[in-house]
Amino acid sequence: MMHTFIEILRRALDEELARDASVHLLGEDVAAGGAFGVTRGLAEKHGAMRVRNTPISEAAITGLATGAALCGLKPVLEIMFIDFATLSMDCLVNQTAKYRYMSGGQLTVPLVVRTQAGAAGGAAAQHSQSLEAWFIHVPGLVVVAPSSPAEAYGLLKAAIRLGEPVLFIEHKRLYTMKEELADDAELPPIGKARVARAGKDITLIAYSAMVQSALEAAANLADSGISAEVLDLRTLVPLDMATIAASVSKTHRVLIAHEAVLNGGVGAEIAARIGTELFDELDAPVLRVGCPFAPIPFAPELERALLPGAEDIVRAARQMMSGGA
Amino acid sequence: MAAPTLDDWKRMYHALWRIRHFETQVQRLAAAGEIPGFPHLSTGQEAVAVGVCAQLSREDLLFTSHRGHGHVLAKGSNLQATFAEILGRQEGLCRGRGGSMHLVDAANGVLGATGVVGGNLALAAGAAWAAQARGKPNISVVFFGDGATGAGAFHETLNLAALWRLPVLFVCENNGYAEFTSREEHSNVTHVSSFAAPYKIATKTIDGNDLPTVYAAARAAIGSLRKGKGPYLLECMTFRMAGHYVGDAQQYRSKEELAAVREKCPIERLKRYLMKRRVKQDELDAIGERARSEVQQAVERARAAPRPDPATVLDDVYRSPSLNAIPG
Repeated sequence: MMHTFIEILRRALDEELARDASVHLLGEDVAAGGAFGVTRGLAEKHGAMRVRNTPISEAAITGLATGAALCGLKPVLEIMFIDFATLSMDCLVNQTAKYRYMSGGQLTVPLVVRTQAGAAGGAAAQHSQSLEAWFIHVPGLVVVAPSSPAEAYGLLKAAIRLGEPVLFIEHKRLYTMKEELADDAELPPIGKARVARAGKDITLIAYSAMVQSALEAAANLADSGISAEVLDLRTLVPLDMATIAASVSKTHRVLIAHEAVLNGGVGAEIAARIGTELFDELDAPVLRVGCPFAPIPFAPELERALLPGAEDIVRAARQMMSGGA
Repeated sequence: MAAPTLDDWKRMYHALWRIRHFETQVQRLAAAGEIPGFPHLSTGQEAVAVGVCAQLSREDLLFTSHRGHGHVLAKGSNLQATFAEILGRQEGLCRGRGGSMHLVDAANGVLGATGVVGGNLALAAGAAWAAQARGKPNISVVFFGDGATGAGAFHETLNLAALWRLPVLFVCENNGYAEFTSREEHSNVTHVSSFAAPYKIATKTIDGNDLPTVYAAARAAIGSLRKGKGPYLLECMTFRMAGHYVGDAQQYRSKEELAAVREKCPIERLKRYLMKRRVKQDELDAIGERARSEVQQAVERARAAPRPDPATVLDDVYRSPSLNAIPG
C-alpha cells in the first residue's frame, strides 16, 4: 500500500512513542496534528502529556527540549518552518550542539528537531528557505535531510534512537509524495549515503527533494545514452565521503544539486572536499546546480523561474559530458 | 524541613566564606594571568547562593549564569575540581573544556552555567518538565541576573513554565547592573518580580544580602514547588562587590557607591546575626579561617594538576565514536 510522506512520518513517530516512554513530541499545534497533519491522532493515542502543544516561542521551546534531553527525555521538537529555526538558533548553536563537549562528556542531548524546508506553492520568502548550510557549520549537530517517504521513515526512527542533537529537515514538496513501505523496513545507519540509481558516466549528488529531481534528470539523460549515478546523501553531517569517493572513482564526473542558494552552500563544501581528496579522479571540474542568489519569490511564475530542477541538472550534465563545462 | 539550628547557620557561614575566598583566589590568579578567559565573580552575592542551595538535594537540578561559581560551590561541588576547571585542567569538572562560564557537575545535579545571558532559563524549565514527565520529585533551579530580563527567552520561559506548571525556581540576583550599565538605563521595570504577575507566577522580592531572609524565602518557594504549585520567581536584591569581570575597573560606579556596597556585605551581616545569638567572634573567625585554608589548599592542588592532553581535543564532540571522526 502507498503512503504519503506525512503518513509515514506519523507512523514512525507513533511507533517510537509506543516503543520508548522517554520519547515526547512538542511544538506549536502538534497536539492538534501540527500545521501539516504529521502528528494527527498521536495526542489522542499517546496522551496529552506525551504530545504537547507549546506557545509560539521557538527560543524557549528549543531550550525546554534541550533541558529535558539532558534529563532523560528524548524530545522530538517540531519547528514548523526552518525559517523560524532562526529563533531557535541561539540555543541550538550555543547550547544544544555544545553541551556534550563543554561538559567534558558528562551530558548528552538526545534531541530531534523536526523541521520543514524548501519552496513550494507560493509560501514565499519567509516560509520557503533551505537553510541547512547554516547548521552543517556547527560541530555537535547531526543534520539529516530525507529524500522520500520510505527514507524518512527509517531516518527519523534512526535519528530518535541516535542519542545526539539532530536537525531533521523535511521538504514540503515531498509531503504529498507516495511510496510503499515494507513492514520490516530496516533502519539506515546515520551517516551512510545511498546509491539511489546506479550509473557509470556521471555522479549526481543530491539530498532532500533534489534527489527526486536528480532521478528524473538521470532518466532523461539515459534516453540520450548518458548513464548517471544518483547519490542520496541522507545526512549532511556526517557527510559520507566514502560513498562519494567510490562513485567519483567510477564516473570521474560530479554534479552536486541542491535547492539552497549556491553561495556558501552544502555543494561548496562537497566540491571542496572532492577537489582536495579526489582531484586525480576528476575528468572535469565539479559542477553545482542550485538556487540563484535571491530570496524565494511569491508569484508562481517567479518561483518556477528561480527554483532549480531536473531540467537544470540535465542541462549542466550534458554540458559536462560534452566537455563544455 | 525543620528550621535551621545554630549549627546549620554556622555551616552556612562557612559556605559563604568558601565562596568569598574562592572568588578572591580566582581574582588573584586571573590578574596574574594564570586563568584563561574572563571570569565573572559573585563576590557580594554569596548569601543568595547559600540560602537557596542549602535547601536543595543532590537530585535537584541547578542551572546558572556566567556568574555562577558561588552557586556551584553552594550546591556542593568539589572545590578543587571546580577550581581546576576554571584553570582549564584535565581534572577539572569538565576536563578543561568548559571553564568558568560552563561549569557542569552532573553527578552533583549541576547541569550547568552558560555564557549566554538568559540562555539557561529555558533549559531549567526543560529539566523541570523532564521531572514532571517522569514523575520524579526533584525540582529545577536557575540563577540569573537582572540583565537577563531583557532577553525574549526570559519572557517566553516564564509563560511556558507557568502554563505547564513546571517545578522550576527562578532566582534573580538583581544586583542593579547588567554588565556595565545600571538597571535604570536598561528598563523602566524596577523590580524583576513585576514580570511574574501577568503569567500568574508566585513571586517575592527580598533582601538578598541577608541570609536568614533568603533562607526563609527560598524555603517557602521550594516548599510551594514541591507541592506542585508551579514555578516561583524569587527576586533577591543584592550587590556586586566586584566588576562585571575580573579586570573591570568599574569607572561607572562612584567611590561612595562602592563603599556603601561593602557596608552591605552578606558575610558581615550573618556574622552580626550570629553574634547576637551569642556565637563568639573567635569561633566565627575560626570558621572563616578554616574556609580560607580549605580553599587555598584546593587551589594549590588544582594549580599543580596536569593540563589537558592536546591529543584529546576532538573527544566528546559527539557521543558516538563514529561521529567524532567527522573531518573538520
